[in-house]
Amino acid sequence: MSKKLGKMLAETISSLFKKPATSSYPFKKREIHKHYNGKVAYIKEKCVGCNMCVRNCPAKAIFITKIADKQFEATLHLDRCIFCSQCVISCKFGALKNTNEFELATGDKSKLVVKL
Amino acid sequence: MILLLLKILVFPGILFLVVLSMIGEYFDRKVYAKMQNRMGPPWFQPVADFIKLLAKELIIPKNADRKIFKALPLVACSSVIIAYLYIPLWRKESIMSFNGDIIFVLYMLTIPTLTYSLAGWYSRSQYALIGSMRVLTQLFSYEVPLFMAVLAPTILASSWSFTEVINFYNAGGSLWLVNFIAFAVAIVTLQGKLEKVPFDIPEAETEIVAGSFTEYTGPLFAYFRLAMNMQTIAGASLVAAVFLPFGYGSFFIFNFIIYIIKVTFIIFLLAVIRTIFARLRTDQMLSFCWKYLAPIALVQILINVIIKAAVLK
Amino acid sequence: MSKKVVIPIGPQHPALKEPASFDVTLKGERVADILVKVGYNHRGIEKACEERTFLQSVYLVERVCGICSHSHSTCFIQAIEELANLKIPPRAAYIRSLIGELERIHSHLLWLGVAAHEIGFDTLLMYSWRDREIVMDLLALLTGNRVNYAVNVIGGVRKDVSEEEKDQILKAVDILEERTKYYVQVATEEVTLIERLSKVGYISHEDALKYGAVGPTGRASGIKRDIRKDDPYAAYGEVDFEVITDDHCDVYGRAVVRVKELMQSYSIIRQLLKKLPQGPLSVVAPRLIPAGEAVSRYEAPRGEDIHFVKSNGTDKPERVKLRAPTLANVQSVAKMLEDGYLADVPIVIAAIDPCFSCTDRMIVAVNNVSTAKEDRMDWKTLREFSIDWYKKNRGVDFTKLKKLDK
Repeated sequence: MSKKLGKMLAETISSLFKKPATSSYPFKKREIHKHYNGKVAYIKEKCVGCNMCVRNCPAKAIFITKIADKQFEATLHLDRCIFCSQCVISCKFGALKNTNEFELATGDKSKLVVKL
Repeated sequence: MILLLLKILVFPGILFLVVLSMIGEYFDRKVYAKMQNRMGPPWFQPVADFIKLLAKELIIPKNADRKIFKALPLVACSSVIIAYLYIPLWRKESIMSFNGDIIFVLYMLTIPTLTYSLAGWYSRSQYALIGSMRVLTQLFSYEVPLFMAVLAPTILASSWSFTEVINFYNAGGSLWLVNFIAFAVAIVTLQGKLEKVPFDIPEAETEIVAGSFTEYTGPLFAYFRLAMNMQTIAGASLVAAVFLPFGYGSFFIFNFIIYIIKVTFIIFLLAVIRTIFARLRTDQMLSFCWKYLAPIALVQILINVIIKAAVLK
Repeated sequence: MSKKVVIPIGPQHPALKEPASFDVTLKGERVADILVKVGYNHRGIEKACEERTFLQSVYLVERVCGICSHSHSTCFIQAIEELANLKIPPRAAYIRSLIGELERIHSHLLWLGVAAHEIGFDTLLMYSWRDREIVMDLLALLTGNRVNYAVNVIGGVRKDVSEEEKDQILKAVDILEERTKYYVQVATEEVTLIERLSKVGYISHEDALKYGAVGPTGRASGIKRDIRKDDPYAAYGEVDFEVITDDHCDVYGRAVVRVKELMQSYSIIRQLLKKLPQGPLSVVAPRLIPAGEAVSRYEAPRGEDIHFVKSNGTDKPERVKLRAPTLANVQSVAKMLEDGYLADVPIVIAAIDPCFSCTDRMIVAVNNVSTAKEDRMDWKTLREFSIDWYKKNRGVDFTKLKKLDK
């Protein structure tokens, strides 16, 4: 074990000529792979209104309302959602699924409650 | 008279120094970032920071001495400016000079450090108090090696005047290369003077927040930052004038470019040092400066004395 | 001649990213005395678990810690599975271990950066966090999230590892191993780093045992304890690895232990992927968990994590108790800092890899005894006190500010 002064010198100097590791995010979007837990998508036709997703949601973020016979509507509170996708697992009928959508920030609080 | 005033106020005096210090800060931060594989700030960042700080609210702690608290940043700025006026830049003569101005510049550059310490002392805050004591401890450790290193070249020239030292080395061909050891010591101690890693003990963020400047906000802090940046330029110019005494030809543009390259090179060296080391502890800094730097500077003085006695006579 | 100065480090301080307070009494630059106060970030997670079903609690417990989220969730789920007498499929066990090791890599690289920052070595911070992105991306790829992976379900795991993902993991692990070797070199050769780390925060083997140090903190003092080896869970019983110990007993030893553990983690990941058995991912879990009590242990990146779960036969736990590793280590910090330098306080605190938000299970009165009568204030008194304080100390009058208390 030899002690050296300035062990990182070579690495830093070579970094001078490298491209920075920083990703210039809003200008250049990262590629999101398909398993990403983004905003949940809702397939109306498949929903039977069993409410398992509502019961299991740890953050009380999703609500299913009946609008007519065998017709349902889902409301998602994005400000509460923790993107665990428990609802997707809980749904035995495949009415909920994950999407890659992750840019959900907004300055307007009212936009955080969305009808799916 | 008006020409002298213009020289002092605009070029190559105060305004030029302020602009150069901003460019210097940008260069330092950009190189630092690049070496860490980051992007670094855009070119206007130092100016933007300065304007932002000027626009901020000024808060003075209740227990602080208001007058001194306000005066110290300006004292720091003005002493750096005065020092800068006496350093020759791209001509062999500075704006103002007298015999013995190297010593004068060295002492003028010590005053900002004292104001940092006083700033901490008069802030009446624990962090600032510790920072203030650390500034002084650090001053005692690097100041002597710095003086010895800067004054080593003057032994050969037998003069404490910038102009005569530069004239001597210009006449002496490549004799200035002899002072390489002192140059290295001067760069390291300059790092201590500018309170940068590994010698940023007085400002160690993770220990004492911002050290002496903890209570400083807004415009006053902006002036302290400015003083620190100008000190970088002044220190680099001092080292350039004493250790790199070449490139004083007859063309102004040519000389100017060489001066800028010299200063940039020194700032680059400082940036490299601050990239590759961890911060030292106060006791380690003290023992490093006195056990290693001071003897090394002494060796340089010894070499110069021998050369002077054996070769030049 | 030196007067004693008390320096508050925390609850808000650049050295600590989380609220905890260390009142350091200084004599010059030396530490004369230190008072550790925790309890600034009590979030009532244990109580909140009692209000939720077991299924929902898993997600809540996962959020105890932002770094070792998988540790807490696995530890909690292991207790539930013990209560419900569930045997998870071998593939699920392997995937749990895999995510656990990836998390350890991410946590240790994070620690390396934080520790470097505490001693002013920002370049190492930038490099190690840049490399940490590789493992973060890997976790996002495998689980769908970068931080709270939500990969555990009661009775198994949720996400599978495909052949393609296996290749990606192996490729990333190769890059990380090469980088880690470089960091081992930096840690063992760079003089300023060694100067700042060695002989700092010394705690002898006996003291470490006495104060109950766990994880890398304990292992750096020669305590050969690792739940992965002593009480194997998930798939750790089937892989071959070494428990790293060190006899430096100081911060340097802790750094070496962590960096070497990284190398062990890479080897564990390779073995896990090689042996990964085929089969189902989970077994069906009942909603109602049978009554009983269970204690579960897990080797989190920071040390031993203990969860206690008591069920009364309903779908909600009756009592949950967590003990994060930091709580076991925080007592030893005061011992480590004895007679040290102020400059070493941040790195010694950082060396146990503290996670105060995980630790805080209770609210304590943080005031000194002398001001005990001001310990508790109601909202109105607090407001009046703060308005008065700002008027007196800052010259700002907040009286006209809209009243929040109605």
